[in-house]
Formats: sequence, C-alpha cells, structure tokens
Amino acid sequence: MDRFVWTNGLLEMDETLVIQQRGVRLYDGEDKAKLDVGVVLLSTHRLLWRDQKNNECCICIPLSQVIFFEEQAAGIGKSAKIVIHLHPVPENKEPGPYQQSKYSYIKLSFKEHGQIEFYRRLTEEMTQKRWENTPVSQPIPTGVGTKAGRTRAVGIVGIERKLEEKRKETDKNISEAFEDLSKLMEKAKEMVEVSKSIANKIKDKQGDITEDETIRFKSYLLSMGIANPVTRETHGSGTQYHIQLARQLGDILQAPLEERGGMMALTEVYCLVNRARGMELLSPEDLVNACKMFESLKLPLRLRVFDSGVMVVQLQSHSEEEMIASALDNVSDKGSLTAEEFAKLLGLSVLLSKERLLLAEKMGHLCRDDSVEGLRFYPNLF
Amino acid sequence: MSFEWPWQYNFPPFFTLQPNADTRQKQLAAWCSLVLSYCRHQKLFTLDVLEAQESPVFNNKKIERKLSVEAIQVVFEELRKKGNLEWLDKNKSRCLIMWRRPEEWGKIIYQWVSKNGMVNSVFTLYELSNGDETEKEEFHGLEDWMLLRSLQALQTDGKAEIITMDDGKGVKFF
Repeated sequence: MDRFVWTNGLLEMDETLVIQQRGVRLYDGEDKAKLDVGVVLLSTHRLLWRDQKNNECCICIPLSQVIFFEEQAAGIGKSAKIVIHLHPVPENKEPGPYQQSKYSYIKLSFKEHGQIEFYRRLTEEMTQKRWENTPVSQPIPTGVGTKAGRTRAVGIVGIERKLEEKRKETDKNISEAFEDLSKLMEKAKEMVEVSKSIANKIKDKQGDITEDETIRFKSYLLSMGIANPVTRETHGSGTQYHIQLARQLGDILQAPLEERGGMMALTEVYCLVNRARGMELLSPEDLVNACKMFESLKLPLRLRVFDSGVMVVQLQSHSEEEMIASALDNVSDKGSLTAEEFAKLLGLSVLLSKERLLLAEKMGHLCRDDSVEGLRFYPNLF
Repeated sequence: MSFEWPWQYNFPPFFTLQPNADTRQKQLAAWCSLVLSYCRHQKLFTLDVLEAQESPVFNNKKIERKLSVEAIQVVFEELRKKGNLEWLDKNKSRCLIMWRRPEEWGKIIYQWVSKNGMVNSVFTLYELSNGDETEKEEFHGLEDWMLLRSLQALQTDGKAEIITMDDGKGVKFF
C-alpha cells in the first residue's frame, strides 16, 4: 500500500483511460486499507483509485510497478478480488497515504462486481506495456494546484484541458497561416511588378517576337491580374476611390462586354473583376458605387437596373432597339422561345435573356404564353 | 355550317392574359369578337363563367390551352363595357350575352313585320319567337327576355306597343 502516491486524478497528455469500476475497496495486503470504497481507474500508464465521496482523495501506482497479478474468487460474504504484487518502493517516491507497509501486494475488492472485465483489461495493458512507448511524466503531486483548480471530475477537467491545448495549437496554426498570407501578398506585388516590366519590354521589342507569341504572352499577363489595382490604400476612400475604380472598370470591362454581346449581369462583373484583381478584392458595395459613376464620368459603360431589380453593366453603344430586334428575330426564327432556350442560343445567362425577352415584350414586339409547360415567348401577332 | 375559328384561336399566347397594355387591348378585342361570334353561331344568350371555361371557346383542346377564370372575367368585363353583356348576379358567375343589342333586334323584327305587311297587327311573344311563320328568320328562337327588350326598344321609338294579355304578353306594331 506504500507504493501509492497522491495524484490530482488527471490523465497525462498521451495517457488514455482504459476502464473504470465503482465500488472497489483497497486492501493493504491482507488488511483492509483505511480508505473508504471508491472508484478504481485503469489507464494505459497507471492504476488510479479515487474516493467515491471525496473526489480530492485520489491515489495511483504506475503500471510499471506491477510485477504480476492474480484473481481471487468470491466466497460467502467475500467479494471477488484481484491481487496485485508490486516492486519495492522506489527511492524518489512522491508522498502517498501510507509511509510504510509490511505487504508487497495490494488487493482490489470488487463490491459491485466488474472484476472479470477489469482483470481482462489489466492483462491487456500489462502485455502491451503502452506506458513504455510514451512514458508518462511524473504524476503531478496533489500539493501543487493546477490551473483547473486542483482535482475535480477527472473526465471533464481532462477534456477541458485537452480542448485548451487544441485551441492553443489552432491559434498557433492560424497565426502561422496568416504570416504565410502576408508573405504571399508581398510576393504578389513583386509578381505584378514583373508582369509590368515584361509588358513594357514587349512594347520595346516589338518586331523581335512574333505577333502570335506577343498575343499569347499578353493573355498570360492578363490572366495574372490587373497590373496595379485601384485600392483604398492608393486612392483613399469615398468618391475619389469610386471614381478611379469606375475608370478602371471601364478599361477592363470593355473587352469582356463586347464578347458577351454588350451586357453582363453585375454578379458576373463582380466575379470577373475580383478574379482579375487577385488579392485586392472589391466589396460588392464598392463595385455598385463605382458602377453608378459611369454616367457622370462619361464612360462608355452604363449600370442598368431592370424592372425586376436585376442589375447589369452594359456598353453605352449597346442599343436597346438592336437588342430587342435580335430577340424578336430569334423568336420569329424558332416560332417561340423560353428564356432558357434563348439563353442557350445567345450564350447568355438565363436571367439576362429573360430580361431581354421581357423588354421586347414591354415594347410590344413579343407576347407570352404562360402555361403549365412554362413561360414561352411568341412574336406579337396581335 | 361549322364555326370558323379565328387564327388567334390556335395561337398559344391568346390564352394568356398579356401584361403589355397595348397587346392586351388587342388580345381582348379579339376575344370579344370571338365570344360574340361563337355565341351567335351557337345561339347562346346566357353564359355561366365556370361552364364557359369548359366550352370550346375558352378551351382549345388541340393546343391544350385554356383561358383562366380570371381572364374570362376580364374578357366578360370588357364585353360589359361595350354593352354586349349583363351580369345576372353580384358574384359575376352568370351573365346575359347580347351579341346583337336590343335596338338591332328590334330593327330586324320590325323589318320582317313591315316586309310581310303586318303592321298594325297584334302578335303574342310566343308567336314571334316560336311561331311557324318566323321559322326562317334570325330572331326565331330568341329568348323571351331578349325579345321583350328589343320590343321595348321599338316601343320607345314609337314603332310598337307591348300589351299585357291574360296568358302573357303581346305586341302591336305601328
């Protein structure tokens, strides 16, 4: 019994609980220990015993101290027991409940049964000797208070401690990750510089490289991003920022708009612009505000809000009459069209093609057939 | 003689109330003329909105399109504004349809009377609408309420006088 040391009952980091059993009384050899009935816990490293009523009272023996153990069957008026033979007391032993003992073995008396399973698990642990792989640090003596405020329910405090450890780990990871990101941003600026200088060189050396190569190279550069994006840092906030942003949008949206038949949904613009900007992302609000500046800045773009509330950016040159006429042409060609079919035909989004059809309807060029099959548009024959 | 459907009848958008004001106007005009000509062809004088929805006028089985009850109400309301229709109840579920207005009917009846030299003679209402002599006339089979209205129209013009007799009503033309 003198091999036992006080403990706070918490498991170490790499120690796991194997089994626990209530209603176990300890015997110092053949004598009943002066301790009450308690819970015996088997971990991968230790055998722990805790008083059932007074949780602060918790003692343990490292499994490495066990020589061997045996079962003692129950008799009349006697509970089943496990006898555990122990090595002699190590010299630098922490304090425990017993200073000395005449026995070199203890007994666990199972008042509420469970000895069979406990014995099986103990055998397993003793053969696996998991404590050797990851030696447990010296158990924390009870005299030293822990952060959690001494021993309380082993399980919960243990979990809390693990969570705390995990949180710290995550914190560390996050800050490391962001360190990487800021480095990446520095690198991105360098990349932009490089692309700019290459672009200039291409300009200087025109003729040396074939036309084909130049175009291909330029397209690579374009996909890398905008050379020097307008940011709040460079242009401050408020109107000035939006004006500059609108100018830049005017430059970069020209080509894609022409490609898409002169009109793009604002969401599409948002994706395209932010993809081109790479790191210095625009907020949707800023984008809308910048788009609202198109007209006052006399840029060739317009922000248009359809009756349905859908916002699009369109080229100023993009005439409504033409759009309506093309919608009418397409519908007349096919006899009738749904917005989906029209979208496929033009390679537009369904939303935009529907807006076009509705516009043509509003102008009296189309009429609708709203049936169970969906909304179809027909040339207005009325 | 089978009824000749207008081209719009096979045009699916005809069965959807058009949101565009101009288009709708034209659509409703087409509906009004279709309803009137159909009723004339079938000699219909009263219509029930729910029943009408199932009749061939508002239900084109060939193209599987049907005018909704709401749209039928709109069409009927348009007819009412033009003076071709009168609601029979407040819920607007039944209506009288007048593909010819009472004055026009009166004119036709009076023409027949004067053509046959029967001015100054007396007829019962039944004789006019169901008698053998009028069998070939357009107003043969005219419903009583319609006949009475057209005669009333003639009466205001001073061309006829409605007389109440023991077993019903009669009329004397001048």
